[in-house]
Amino acid sequence: MNEALISIDQELCRGCKKCVDACPFGVLYMDGKLVMLKEDECRGCNACVQTCPFQAIVAVTKDDIKDESLKEYQGVWVFAEQHRGKVQEVAYELLATGRRLAGDRNCELAAVVLGHGISGVAAHLIAAGADKVYLVDQPELAEYDANAYTDALHQLIAKYKPEVVLAGATAIGRAFVAKVAVRCYTGLTADCTALSIDRETTLLHQTRPAFGGNIMATIMTPNHRPQMATVRPHVFKMTAPDPNRAGKTLLEALQLLPPSSRIVRSVAAASSVNIAEADVVVAGGRGLKKAENLVLLRRLADLLGGVVAVSRACVDAGWISAAHQVGQTGKTVSPKVYLAFGISGAIQHLEGMRGAETIIAVNSDPTAPIFDVADIGIVGDLLVILPLLVEAIAGNHRSN
Amino acid sequence: MELRASDRTAITMHIIVCIKQVPDTANVRINPETNTLMREGVESIVNPFDEYALEQALQLKDRHGARVTALSMGPPQAEVVLREAMARGADDGVLLTDRAFAGADTWATSYVIAQAIKKLNPQVDMVLFGKQAIDGDTAQVGPGVSEFLKFPLVTYVRALTVADGRYTAETMMDEGIDVVEGSLPVVMTVVKEAAVPRFARLGGWMDAKHAKIPRWGVKELKAVPELCGLGGSPTKVVKIFAPPVKAGGIRMDGRELPSAAVQAVVKLLHEKGLAS
Repeated sequence: MNEALISIDQELCRGCKKCVDACPFGVLYMDGKLVMLKEDECRGCNACVQTCPFQAIVAVTKDDIKDESLKEYQGVWVFAEQHRGKVQEVAYELLATGRRLAGDRNCELAAVVLGHGISGVAAHLIAAGADKVYLVDQPELAEYDANAYTDALHQLIAKYKPEVVLAGATAIGRAFVAKVAVRCYTGLTADCTALSIDRETTLLHQTRPAFGGNIMATIMTPNHRPQMATVRPHVFKMTAPDPNRAGKTLLEALQLLPPSSRIVRSVAAASSVNIAEADVVVAGGRGLKKAENLVLLRRLADLLGGVVAVSRACVDAGWISAAHQVGQTGKTVSPKVYLAFGISGAIQHLEGMRGAETIIAVNSDPTAPIFDVADIGIVGDLLVILPLLVEAIAGNHRSN
Repeated sequence: MELRASDRTAITMHIIVCIKQVPDTANVRINPETNTLMREGVESIVNPFDEYALEQALQLKDRHGARVTALSMGPPQAEVVLREAMARGADDGVLLTDRAFAGADTWATSYVIAQAIKKLNPQVDMVLFGKQAIDGDTAQVGPGVSEFLKFPLVTYVRALTVADGRYTAETMMDEGIDVVEGSLPVVMTVVKEAAVPRFARLGGWMDAKHAKIPRWGVKELKAVPELCGLGGSPTKVVKIFAPPVKAGGIRMDGRELPSAAVQAVVKLLHEKGLAS
């Protein structure tokens, strides 16, 4: 696989172990008085080269060779998360984006699936745009475990060397993909809202919000591979599947360490509400004044075939479960219509609903920041407006 | 020597809680020369999620007895978050501070924190993080540290028990709650639902004020400078800019004529194929 990135001169080595302590990846070890290297796992960070007092370790890779080794990395990959054989929507959204990036780089788009008893998913991923599907179907991966998942994805990356790896910023993706990036000694940009190939450098430009959405940053990974990014669900749009697309499925058999933890019980979320996928979101905030007024939102949501969501204040007040919360510490929504009642629009909230097609806001404070993003902004008392709106729409229903 | 699981609770557990000082305001400025954020002059707080991690550690200490060490990486003034943790019940604190750490991305941050944990106690039982920091929101440093330490990782923990060198954790996943079991040592990230942070102990601030908090830099950590800070970071910030603002919205006064405003909304919903 990898050529050794360092070489150890055993004549010069005095067995002082300083390099073993310095190696951040733990790939140097003592065999008697000699330092040994697990070559496959060396990332060429040269920590040992810097540390050795006797110049017994030298870097094999010169900078020009390093440039060459970066070019070995080709192709765009999407980690396709699945639960019980069902691929998560964010994977299809990433395949749509990955298709565009692969076009710009003139390379292949591949999906990677980890699990057990999941061979049925490959066809869906190919229809969604994958040229190749790397399938790892093994009992160690039956349930999510950070160590087993990290081991599997890292092994595939080391073997096939993709240039770009994208993953959903889900509970699972955010955790183990960060481990994979550390193991690869490469960059990972979380929660990207835009991804593009820079024409000049051909590098992946990864744009993300920071400081609660108040600042956008564009980030790249110039000298490490793969270039890795996570994206929250519903930030990108998926494209319609094409069942006639051709693609290849490669079943990968990996030697994996046993999982480090065991899921002994899973309890499905008490509330079946999934605000992230709704087309209509009727949201309320502090301006509702009391929990009892949530029923007004519910009535409107029912009439519009939508769901009820809230700002953080309502969850903190204990009015409703966190599953309904929109924003930085809640969910990201991108409905066709977002109605905000009594939500001032703190930057943390705006970050979670900026992607809505149409935003309607009612607030008593004319200076509320929610009005800056609203298509219709109504300054007024929601306890007056909301019942009128419910009545108007219910009236329409009756007259039809 | 590796401790067997059964040996671990025979001696006092050692829990390390990683705490970040973050700016309390969205008015963070940008240094145009380095493309990094300037934090000077901005009020700082303890990252709220780290408070839940600390509380979780202190509750384990209350129940089983444990040494709780607060660890932070940041500028010298970040020391105050460690004193605050000690006022609440942490036994000691260590500040990782060095000019060489500046501009670190999550890789280089994870590297430095992992070096510190190895120095503090390679046999540590548990390392706790908040689920993410509110300035960067990446949620990547906890997982990164677990990778450098080669410890198992459990994320989004909302409830936690420890017995006989093993943990049982309830984790908040996308589709519900998973109950996860495994052996110590472990790295965990903790969510808000885990615990309500306690106030400082009576006299806690006095003790904490006088406590000696070591400051470790590259030298003390035996860290490789090339792997620290901006230089050791695989990611580079190309540019920073203000988010786009939506233009062209209409504003109506619903105080004088609520029904006119309601009609406008109904019309728009109608155009969207709703409220037929």
